Amino acid sequence: MTTAATSSRARIRDEGRVVAVVRAHPRLWALLAVVVGWVIVWSFTEGTHTLHIGTSTSTGVHDWLQDLSENLQDAFASPSDIVVRIISGLSDGLDSIFTWLQHLFTVAPFPRPFPQFGWLGIVALAALATFAIAGWRLVLLVVPAFLLFGFLGFWTESVDTLLITLFSVVFSCLVGIPLGIWMAHSKVVSAIVTPVLDVMQTMPSFVYLLPFSILFGIGPAAAIMVTLVYATPPVIRISAHGLRTVNPGVVEATSSLGQTAWQRLVKVELPLAKRTIIVGVNQTIMAALAMATIAAYIDGPGLGQPVIDGLQRNQFGTAAVAGICIVVLAITLDRTTTAASVRAEQARRAGNHGRRLRRIVLVAGSAGTLVALYLSHMYVWANEFPSSPDLGTPIRNAVDDFGDWLLTDLSGFTTSIQDGFTNWFLNPVQSLVAESPWFVTGLALLLIAMIVGGLRALVATFVCLAGIYLLDLWYNAMVTLTSVLVATVLVVAIAVVLGVAMGRNLTTDRVLRPFLDAGQTIPPFVPLIPVLILFGPNRFTAIIAGVIYAAPIATKLVADGIRGVSSETIEASRSTGANRWQEITKVQLPMARGSVLLATNQGLLYVLSMVVIGAMVGAGGLGFDIIWGFRQADFVGKGLAAGITIVLLGIMLDRITTYGAARAGESATLKAGRRPQRGPSTMLG
Amino acid sequence: MTDAALTVKDLWKIFGRGADKIIGTPDADLSRADLKAKTGCVVGVRDVSFEVAPGEVFVVMGLSGSGKSTLVRCLTRLIEPTAGEVVIDGHDITKANESELRELRRTHASMVFQHFGLLPHRQVIDNVAYGLEVRGVGRKERREKAAEIVDLVGLSGYEMSYPDQLSGGMQQRVGLARALANDPSLLLFDEPFSALDPLIRRDMQNEVIRLHHELGKTMVFITHDLQEALKLGDRILIMRDGEIVQIGTPDEVVGAPADDYVKDFTSEVPKSHVLTLKWVMREPDGQAVDGPVLRSDQIVRDAARTVLDHRGPCRVVDGDTVVGLVDDEDILRVVVAEESLA
Repeated sequence: MTTAATSSRARIRDEGRVVAVVRAHPRLWALLAVVVGWVIVWSFTEGTHTLHIGTSTSTGVHDWLQDLSENLQDAFASPSDIVVRIISGLSDGLDSIFTWLQHLFTVAPFPRPFPQFGWLGIVALAALATFAIAGWRLVLLVVPAFLLFGFLGFWTESVDTLLITLFSVVFSCLVGIPLGIWMAHSKVVSAIVTPVLDVMQTMPSFVYLLPFSILFGIGPAAAIMVTLVYATPPVIRISAHGLRTVNPGVVEATSSLGQTAWQRLVKVELPLAKRTIIVGVNQTIMAALAMATIAAYIDGPGLGQPVIDGLQRNQFGTAAVAGICIVVLAITLDRTTTAASVRAEQARRAGNHGRRLRRIVLVAGSAGTLVALYLSHMYVWANEFPSSPDLGTPIRNAVDDFGDWLLTDLSGFTTSIQDGFTNWFLNPVQSLVAESPWFVTGLALLLIAMIVGGLRALVATFVCLAGIYLLDLWYNAMVTLTSVLVATVLVVAIAVVLGVAMGRNLTTDRVLRPFLDAGQTIPPFVPLIPVLILFGPNRFTAIIAGVIYAAPIATKLVADGIRGVSSETIEASRSTGANRWQEITKVQLPMARGSVLLATNQGLLYVLSMVVIGAMVGAGGLGFDIIWGFRQADFVGKGLAAGITIVLLGIMLDRITTYGAARAGESATLKAGRRPQRGPSTMLG
Repeated sequence: MTDAALTVKDLWKIFGRGADKIIGTPDADLSRADLKAKTGCVVGVRDVSFEVAPGEVFVVMGLSGSGKSTLVRCLTRLIEPTAGEVVIDGHDITKANESELRELRRTHASMVFQHFGLLPHRQVIDNVAYGLEVRGVGRKERREKAAEIVDLVGLSGYEMSYPDQLSGGMQQRVGLARALANDPSLLLFDEPFSALDPLIRRDMQNEVIRLHHELGKTMVFITHDLQEALKLGDRILIMRDGEIVQIGTPDEVVGAPADDYVKDFTSEVPKSHVLTLKWVMREPDGQAVDGPVLRSDQIVRDAARTVLDHRGPCRVVDGDTVVGLVDDEDILRVVVAEESLA
């Protein structure tokens, strides 16, 4: 009897403890309850009401979108509407300027057998431009990089990609910087433009392609238009941010001297915001490069072509060499523009001597460049990139051999990793999310949104899910969602482990950060290449590529959050005798909660864009519906529906995590760094 | 009094929505906290009126949140006043349109700011010349003029430096030079030396006194530091919660504080450094007194040696009339009171 009494008392005490624990983390337990409930319902309803439709089935909504796209296509084919005429006139204009540029540098204008200017002239021009905007040190990076493009055998493609990138960026900035200035000065404009930018920046790059190919056909014109549109948001947003954060004291002091609004803008605000605006230009260049490579999918010229060819025909060696060129180009562009933002300051302060020296070098360099351009115009040796030394072929062969070796000798190992992951983690999650009846999954998602992000997240999720339901691609949306969730779990796990290590230890930070910086500049679908070689075409590959793509930004965000915890708080916790584990779990991570949620937010969006592209290598889901839309004229409507569904998924995930982070009390951080495509740390630094 | 350099009349600034509808209603009489609770609006400046004579140094003093920085910004409409009138050199600022206001800022009133507000991307010379530049003065001419002013504030040799290469005190000299370059009749200072360390602050205060002697400009000087106010001010306006508590000369403020708030403020001031004999003398008792004759507006500290040496009452005169007597006891009362405070 005594024992019974004791045990019941013990049970009561235990229950008390459970209640206490639940009270301490109510949201965590609510989430767990939702998931448990979901699993229970799933266990006896699995496979019913999944809204699954076959690849070649299309529904009324899809047919309607199909008609819409055909009508649009007709309208653009014979423009009568004024708006259509302006847009198509614009794209034709851009196209003809771009063709002219190509004739100058990469494409032989008939009847001339070579482009007007060849490699020698281009390298000289690049060196001169780099010196002018970024200083002589960067010339030492740019010239070898350009020569490497040639030695790797992708000279023309690299220059094409560079042309399309810079060409689009010029127009992005012409539109974006004035718009950013306007936003900074007008609350109304800001309120109108910001949500548009939010949606644009939530949309994965791949989703842009189908609508643009419908409007502008396939080829350089569509590639330029899509690159331009995709790349403009960062420069708008960051320019506005730069102008808003100009020291108000300086503005006030100069206004007190009686300056006009124009003088304020030109003499005070723009010079003070210059560095931030250049950071915006940097992000726009990186976004343009990412889109310019993917635009190969709609027949845009450049380095994306050999990558896509290689991926589709299993010629991994070719894809890998082209991928190296993309990475080198990305790093070169990033370093150059970053240096340009720092240099803007130094150049002016160089003093008379430094300035005179610079002017002499510029004049001499210009003369040299003119000579080089002339030579490359007149002589074949200076026009056509020499075919030796050829670094491309050995690398290509080595990669192909490595791939073969993997397939024959190591396939057991890679396959077991892949199978283990797929069977034990991916498939169960996918079964739960996609094989539950649609209303069960929908309800579970709504509850999760409510718990994480509150009422606003609930409303946003409801709207997005309703849209997804109406677009008749529920099942595939859930398949894609599964991949995104699984990959994001991995991303966040990596980001927290590495981020905490970096945030706590400066040496670790110094060692890892350059890699993360480089990783962040790499356009999507480059990471696909190595993973594809390792694991072959399937869902798993897309997920791992997504993890690789998203991990750098997420890790940096967590690291910055951990570093941001004040050292006084840490000291205080140490003084109470907390050990290292307690310090991390009870002080640093909770205080960096906002950063972790922001990292999750960015992780989700980056992973989503990669998982969609992953359809190119057999990942299925919504990405495949888009690709199917490209391939089969009859399924363009369904492809569009898939594109919109992806956007809705993106908005849903973005809203849930954004509101969640805002609740965690770090809304300020989030706003400043919203969708920083290449990292808020550079932007705010 | 149209000959005043600056006239401020019934000036109000209320921050918040619908602020202009509050003035004239009973709500305007509510205290700051009550008004905020009732309407959500915050009073910055409440019904302030004063005049500043040409060449006068007029100090506005108050603790942070007292509305003094808002007040000085209303004078050139860097903050738009809610109601009232500001007249500088006969021009009604509050009624000026955009371009008139710009013209006034360019030629009549310049301001020196607490955090300097220098353009970091410009050299000292171009910061100083900025006011001339926005007026459209040619590059050569404005640089010549700026060089003179740079010389005047003791920054010769630093013309080509950038602000971040200078110390705080030197940066504020640049701010001062920039304000002087426009050759305004009125100089406004918004806590210009609060961000500087004490020694530099003393130097800068002396610099202002020197410039005032040399240039004779009218100055409105905002500070939260009573010592500074007493040192620089011909007259002092003490503000609290946006309202005027007292306007007076330094010795009036210390000798006859308007209320406990001002008294509290002035309690730690070394009175012998501020008070004049007028505040410590006794009524003349009709007896004939010989010995030294002192002026009634002489500072106690300066008169102390004479009085103590004389060992007897000294006459205090205002013009030719004897208005009172002081002896060593009167002097010591002031000095000893300070000792006990310290």
